[in-house]
Amino acid sequence: MASIFNVLLRKSANLGQTTALIKNLPAVYNVNSQRNAHRWMPDAEYVKQFEGAVMYPDEVTSLLKHLPYNSIISPTEKQVRNMVLNFGPQHPAAHGVLRLVLELDGETVRAADPHIGLLHRGTEKLIEYKTYTQALPYFDRLDYVSMMCNEQCYSLAVEKLLNIDIPMRAKYIRTLFAEITRLLNHIMAVATHALDVGALTPLFWLFEEREKMMEFYERVSGARMHAAYIRPGGVALDMPIGLMDDIYEFATKFSERLDEVEDVLTTNRIWVQRTRDIGVVTAQDALNYGFSGVMLRGSGIKWDLRKAQPYDAYEFVDFDVPIGTYGDCYDRYLCRVEEMRQSLRIIDQCLNKMPPGEVKTDDAKLTPPSREEMKTSMEALIHHFKLFTQGYQVPPGSTYTAVEAPKGEFGIYLVSDGGSKPYRCKIKAPGFAHLAALEKIGKNSMLADIVAIIGTLDVVFGEIDR
Amino acid sequence: MNRLLLKFPKTLLEYSFKRSFSSTNIKFNKDSALVGYQFCLEPIEYESHTLRKHDNYRRQNLYEFGMYVAACMPKFVQKVQMQHTDELEILVAPEGMFPVLSFMNLHQHACFNQCSSATAIDVPSREYRFEVVYNILSLRFGERARVKTYTDEVTPLRSAYELWKVCNWQEREIYDMFGIIFTHHPDLRRILTDYGFKGHPLRKDFPLIGYTEVRYDDGLKKLVYEPVEFAQEMRSYQLESPWNYLKNFHEEYNAPPAAKKEKE
Repeated sequence: MASIFNVLLRKSANLGQTTALIKNLPAVYNVNSQRNAHRWMPDAEYVKQFEGAVMYPDEVTSLLKHLPYNSIISPTEKQVRNMVLNFGPQHPAAHGVLRLVLELDGETVRAADPHIGLLHRGTEKLIEYKTYTQALPYFDRLDYVSMMCNEQCYSLAVEKLLNIDIPMRAKYIRTLFAEITRLLNHIMAVATHALDVGALTPLFWLFEEREKMMEFYERVSGARMHAAYIRPGGVALDMPIGLMDDIYEFATKFSERLDEVEDVLTTNRIWVQRTRDIGVVTAQDALNYGFSGVMLRGSGIKWDLRKAQPYDAYEFVDFDVPIGTYGDCYDRYLCRVEEMRQSLRIIDQCLNKMPPGEVKTDDAKLTPPSREEMKTSMEALIHHFKLFTQGYQVPPGSTYTAVEAPKGEFGIYLVSDGGSKPYRCKIKAPGFAHLAALEKIGKNSMLADIVAIIGTLDVVFGEIDR
Repeated sequence: MNRLLLKFPKTLLEYSFKRSFSSTNIKFNKDSALVGYQFCLEPIEYESHTLRKHDNYRRQNLYEFGMYVAACMPKFVQKVQMQHTDELEILVAPEGMFPVLSFMNLHQHACFNQCSSATAIDVPSREYRFEVVYNILSLRFGERARVKTYTDEVTPLRSAYELWKVCNWQEREIYDMFGIIFTHHPDLRRILTDYGFKGHPLRKDFPLIGYTEVRYDDGLKKLVYEPVEFAQEMRSYQLESPWNYLKNFHEEYNAPPAAKKEKE
């Protein structure tokens, strides 16, 4: 059959135009399946290995997934976990060194666990090893945006234990500078809060003003921030001539700056959307979580230590205490702005009512003599030396003294053993309680709102970590 | 109604509408009929510009409130005292701490609805070395009080977390700083010290410089913890003048001398 076909092909070589077929002739030739070579047949020995069950699950094949016989794949249960996000400690919106461990469900925060202590310096322990005079500068470093209020609290506590009263002028100077400090702090709070939610401009405007107030600090004490100006027994020095005029000049113009900031923020759509109904705290929660200051007043509780338990010259000045309605971030912002305006009122009254006279209590065993006196009087020199080396003895007892610091109730529980060093000095920082409530306020809010909430809490880690 | 109001003395009306309720018009001085009565504090009065003025009426009021608490819970309250700073202290047995605190929080005559601070003091010479102090604040009456108890390293106290949520962190801090254990606390972890820190820094026997120091090792590219090394030993100055010997919390002033070991 094949030979016939070959012959046919050979003959057809000259036929027609089938050159393509001729060119591929060897291929056509080899199509023939007859090889006549050896053909392998499986032998019995080979077949033997396939006897019995061929496929059975061993350690490899048992792990293989097989499709179900009916080809219907049902969804399987999977172990999933919410994402845990580490916010900070190097995040710019963390206001320092806050490490926040957030459990996220999508963009919703399900749990927030603040880890604090990254700025813990052991201030309370250090104070136990310092005299009452030496312990004072630690208080500037606690809440380092409202320095003088901390000093004021400490000074009041020591004065309470010593059972002394200070001259009227010292009281007014303290009140004046406490209110300047309140402005300093609220400027910082509002500006950085706005910065956190995206408004950059107020920061530049307000920090310009902050700089001016730091200059007042510098003129009165010599230091821009860590003043150590308000001391037990009064203030360190009298104010220099002309300072009150400049403060008045500043105070009359500052409300315009506040108006400008309010123009930018208060009715701003973005600002309102980012702060209204964000971080709502009920009055009940605010009390239970130990809130104080603006955080408490923002929730509608009228409580201000300057009114309720007046200290220094607050009972002689007239001012109003703003409170919020809803307890959200927007209300607290409004409270802060209004408090700044009230602070301006107090500053104005302090400047007008500033009495003449001494700025330190008249007790050489407690307050150091003036420089001039120290250089001319032997007794004053001895007192100076004794006060700065040995300090003064404080009668045994304990006190809890609190002031209305800009952030809230800043308190000191001071225990004296009768020596010249405090036996124990517990510092109650308002921010500590506020931050502790973050796990309550921040729960079920969006991740971006956490930033707004941290801004409104007005946390400063100097005081929280101590 | 109108007639009733008219009968009211004018000063009392003014007083009841006064916005700041801390300064009172009611006088309480040495001429008062109550002086000498056993629950009446001696009014503090003097003519001085440099000494602090005391509001004797408020002082007496606060003290009477303390006596009221003691009368309500005689089993737990051990002592009620006024500090010379006009602050009320209620000293309580450790097992009565929580009941007294809940009385202070919930009773309508107390309403101490905020816990300003909770802390402790370490007095190593005492048998129960820790004094645990809760400073509480009543917004309704505008008063503060202090509830104190005592414990040692191993005896747990009951947490006040159920009364004031703020005690969560405050008690964590006490635990961290002093090593006092609280039961019924939701989350008793360390708070201020480093992760994995050992010891309780605010105890009086913990040295000021601590035991370990941390630095970044550039060779190892990681933080290393090393035992602290100071070239100079910690110096503690004796600042007391020789004629001053009133010392609280120390032996033989108001604490009994520690039991001396018998010589063998």
